[in-house]
Amino acid sequence: MTTSTTATTAPQQSEGRTRFYQVGSFAVGNRLLPEVRSLQSSRERNNTLTSGHRACQGCGEALGARYVLDAATAAAEQAGGSLVTVNATGCLEVFSSPYPESAWRLPWLHSLFGNAPAVATGVAAGLRAKGRDDIRVVAQGGDGGTVDIGFGCLSGMFERGDDVLYVCYDNQAYMNTGVQRSGATPPAVRTATTQAVGDAPGNVFGQGKDVPRIAMAHEIPYVATATVADLHDLERKVAYAMSLHGPRYIHVFVPCPLGWGSKSSHTVRIARLAVESGLFPVFEAEHGEVTGVSPIRRQVPVEDYLVLQRRYAHLFRPTRDEQTIARIQAIADRNIRRYGLLGHPDAVPVLNDEVTGAASTLGARADLNDAPKED
Amino acid sequence: MLREIEGSKAVAAAVAACRPDVVCAYPISPQTHIVEELSRLVKVGELDSEYVNVESEFAAQSVAIGASAVGARAYTATASQGLLFMAEAVYNASGLGLPIVMTVANRAIGAPINIWNDQSDTMSQRESGWLQLFAADNQEAADLHVQAFRIAEELSLPVMVCMDGFVLTHGVERVDVPEQEQVDAFLPPFQPVQSLDPKDPVTIGAMVGPEAFTEVRYLAHRKQQAALEVVDRVGREFAAAFGRQSGGLLHAYRTEGAETIVVALGSVTGTLKDAVDTLRDDGVPVGLVALTSFRPFPEAAMARALAGAGRVVSLERAFSLGRGGIVEEDLRRVLWNRAGEVALTTVAAGLGGRDITAASLVEVLRRADRGELAPLEFLDLDEATVAAHLAAVGPRTEGAAS
Repeated sequence: MTTSTTATTAPQQSEGRTRFYQVGSFAVGNRLLPEVRSLQSSRERNNTLTSGHRACQGCGEALGARYVLDAATAAAEQAGGSLVTVNATGCLEVFSSPYPESAWRLPWLHSLFGNAPAVATGVAAGLRAKGRDDIRVVAQGGDGGTVDIGFGCLSGMFERGDDVLYVCYDNQAYMNTGVQRSGATPPAVRTATTQAVGDAPGNVFGQGKDVPRIAMAHEIPYVATATVADLHDLERKVAYAMSLHGPRYIHVFVPCPLGWGSKSSHTVRIARLAVESGLFPVFEAEHGEVTGVSPIRRQVPVEDYLVLQRRYAHLFRPTRDEQTIARIQAIADRNIRRYGLLGHPDAVPVLNDEVTGAASTLGARADLNDAPKED
Repeated sequence: MLREIEGSKAVAAAVAACRPDVVCAYPISPQTHIVEELSRLVKVGELDSEYVNVESEFAAQSVAIGASAVGARAYTATASQGLLFMAEAVYNASGLGLPIVMTVANRAIGAPINIWNDQSDTMSQRESGWLQLFAADNQEAADLHVQAFRIAEELSLPVMVCMDGFVLTHGVERVDVPEQEQVDAFLPPFQPVQSLDPKDPVTIGAMVGPEAFTEVRYLAHRKQQAALEVVDRVGREFAAAFGRQSGGLLHAYRTEGAETIVVALGSVTGTLKDAVDTLRDDGVPVGLVALTSFRPFPEAAMARALAGAGRVVSLERAFSLGRGGIVEEDLRRVLWNRAGEVALTTVAAGLGGRDITAASLVEVLRRADRGELAPLEFLDLDEATVAAHLAAVGPRTEGAAS
């Protein structure tokens, strides 16, 4: 198999003259590299989730879901088959299926908040009973539906070996109900139920579930993480997952401008900074063993990621909360060590770097916020 | 074929003869023997079906939902706490119009935890939009499953077959187990109204707002009303095909000239028939209406069956705490235009598996005939224990065991 290590290495980089930006989609200049075109840039794209749905501007989940399902449909069709999808209750379900409209152009079933994995198991079992091996099943849900209320069903689906690809779109809180804490909400984050008040503002440290690692503990065929900052990597992982059978799990990091208090134009940037800071490790694993990681190309301090989101504003105003920022940095550092995210073990973290503006103060970031990020 | 067989095994054989594509269940007493037998039939190859061992009842109903949505015939079974644990998915299955068939081995709901029979579990789901058919004996339990798949698939609605836990599930009786050829002739292959088909993609489970929700609910209500005809007709067609009466809406027993009619559901109706016979021999004019179809509730048929009665006793294996009878409320609606003429009382009986003896039933019906019943009575209540407890802790206590 191709690991993400190779996939995220920029192709055809010659003599430092070709400048890449939008690294996730492998754009060079204003053109997508033809050999690594995203499915979405193809005229033959599937368009499983059409325009006209009611997601917020800059919604990371809508972006991720479109790429996931288009890639999964393409993979199923390449194998001579087709796709059905099961959706947990949540933003994705609500914004895509307000009666009498539907943004879905594939068979789509929504049952409940907490049962998408089990419904997908039933779909797979029903199709197997009907002899329809050609129809593949993708289930999807947000972090609340996956990490919290649907977790029992997810674990059951994993351990039974059911033939389902489950995709979690993780925006780190219950956005559909008004931004409340979930088991995927990181420490220090301000949500409606972990408010930025009191002695320890925001969500507490030492809680939360790492479901990709729990999925790995089930020793299922495939587990991967991805972000909407590298859609090509996401598509590749979906395509690879679709080439396998049994339970497969992809955990996609999807910023939520509404819930995170970020600019809708910053969704992809924030996702990229989550990866480059080490806060969201991008890796894949098969049967419980890590088989590939996306190395951090240029490490940034967590602060670069934090300052773009009002849910972390209490860490910077009225005074800098150095201690809490350091604790978050320690989480990122641990991820970097755990997954070897700096590519080679003796790599020196690039911190306090003039070019990246790393470890800069809050005000100094304003210029970077509007500038295209270049490599 | 006539067999001396445990109720659970008879039901499993009947379900297997219906050729379900997917069977999924989570074990809970007293449902276990049914799904154990089905899992065995699948494993030895006698039943060509996907058997899914799930991690909870919530998942069991959810798996059934997914399977049914792709046009597979889906079956599950549960009881008591399990039914409550899957309640969210129970409502969802009916709302989505998925013709799932589920056995409920009726059992009490805790706390206090109690694994024995009453009907509190299914009564709690009476507004779920499922059809609820109650079996009087194991013959009817087996036969109702064959009818349930026909009814469910014709209506595109899920059906619960309710059978008293232990009394029926673990009772060994003579049962004419439906033969495969008979069932094949009676039950055509499942043709779903809509299914998840990539060739014709549909969005199932859309969000419906205030602009259409009332209409959706109204149409669901109309469908329930239309279901009465289907339950009745399928019952008659079953009788014609199998040569025995099973199912239908309700059964009247010796109601001609009956001044007092007792209405009941499930296995107690067998004992009640004996009690009615005893009382009739003594010249006491009592009769019985055994209610098979609790949901949809056969209002017109019930009104006809109770037409001659001056007293109606609702004998219930469940009750509404702080309120009284549950079936009683439906009967009150049936009798509303005879409110001044008919005395309607409720007897809560057999709670948490307490035996309902023929002697107790004869006694309570004698008192009913004499007009001595209070609006709500509890059969064989240990008055001394209750009085002692109330004297010790006062009337505002939570539990009897403290």
